[in-house]
Amino acid sequence: MAKVIVVTSGKGGVGKTTTAAALSTGLALRGGKTVVIDFDVGLRNLDLIMGCERRVVYDLINVINGDAKLNQALIKDKRVENLYVLPTSQTRDKDALSQDGVERVIESLKADFDYIVCDSPAGIERGAYLAMYYADEAIVVSNPEVSSVRDADRMIGLLTSKSRRAELGETMPQHLLLTRYDCERVEKGEMLKVEDVQEILAIPLIGIIPECPSVLQASNIGTPVILDEKSQAGRAYAEAVGRLVGENTPVVVPKAAKRGLFDRLLRRSA
Amino acid sequence: MSILNFFGRAPKKSAEAARERLQILLAHERAGLQGTDFLPQLQREILDVIRRYVEVDDERVQVSLDREQHLSVLEVNIELPVSGQRR
Repeated sequence: MAKVIVVTSGKGGVGKTTTAAALSTGLALRGGKTVVIDFDVGLRNLDLIMGCERRVVYDLINVINGDAKLNQALIKDKRVENLYVLPTSQTRDKDALSQDGVERVIESLKADFDYIVCDSPAGIERGAYLAMYYADEAIVVSNPEVSSVRDADRMIGLLTSKSRRAELGETMPQHLLLTRYDCERVEKGEMLKVEDVQEILAIPLIGIIPECPSVLQASNIGTPVILDEKSQAGRAYAEAVGRLVGENTPVVVPKAAKRGLFDRLLRRSA
Repeated sequence: MSILNFFGRAPKKSAEAARERLQILLAHERAGLQGTDFLPQLQREILDVIRRYVEVDDERVQVSLDREQHLSVLEVNIELPVSGQRR
């Protein structure tokens, strides 16, 4: 049975696309046939993060309008078996994304895929609404930062009341993914703690992605950061994927590395 | 500066890769070429022409595109039936 997973946040710039790219790649690495769909009509970016921007021919809107077949618009990843990208259109037409069109696309993908990951745009407009409406499960991405937590809370409210599952009276599992977590700043008391965010949002935590230079590097070269297995962020995403498929590994809160005197002196002088 | 850098054999920095990727992409988008909007129409017309001679199954058409700095390759693959009969 195919599972539709939305990656959403409300606020922009918290790491939705990075997360959608990493999680879908991780799910495919574990053998699930996975497609990741960009719902940000007009501001396509998932293709860049996945590194397939030069191979986009047709997009989600072409498929919805019947101008292209679904399998013509799906871009097969060149690195990972079982992974496909469905890019969005650059059109400025706000109504290009129709509800029944999205439903048709998702229903036909369900026949062929194990996981359908929907990369939501920021905001709570049409694109964000349609990205989450057909979801079976949601990943709510938030930074340990006030505006991001507030918007995440708003999004959780929408998922709980406006998704199809909610309308049918079914439960919609939601997971919190905390990104850009800087343990040094948390320890200095400059950043919200994991427990603070979790207490406020009150949904289960699926992972903590530390602030990590590898994320920018991965986006520079168009490779999902989860493929950088040596990086902290890559490993954290791999663990989150494990939890998403039902592994029961506890989330470990990253701690700042204890620095020796020598190291501290060097940093000071730097 | 690392030893590798010193000898001028440094691996390409990721920021450089980012710059190149953006240059290629934005050159296309600004030129309005990203308006791949014409592609569905193009495909239909190519198919119509081919159908005058050979029967073609809609499912057997593959269109791929690869953009490079100075040229793009649009590849249309149409699998013809074995018998390839004339109409």
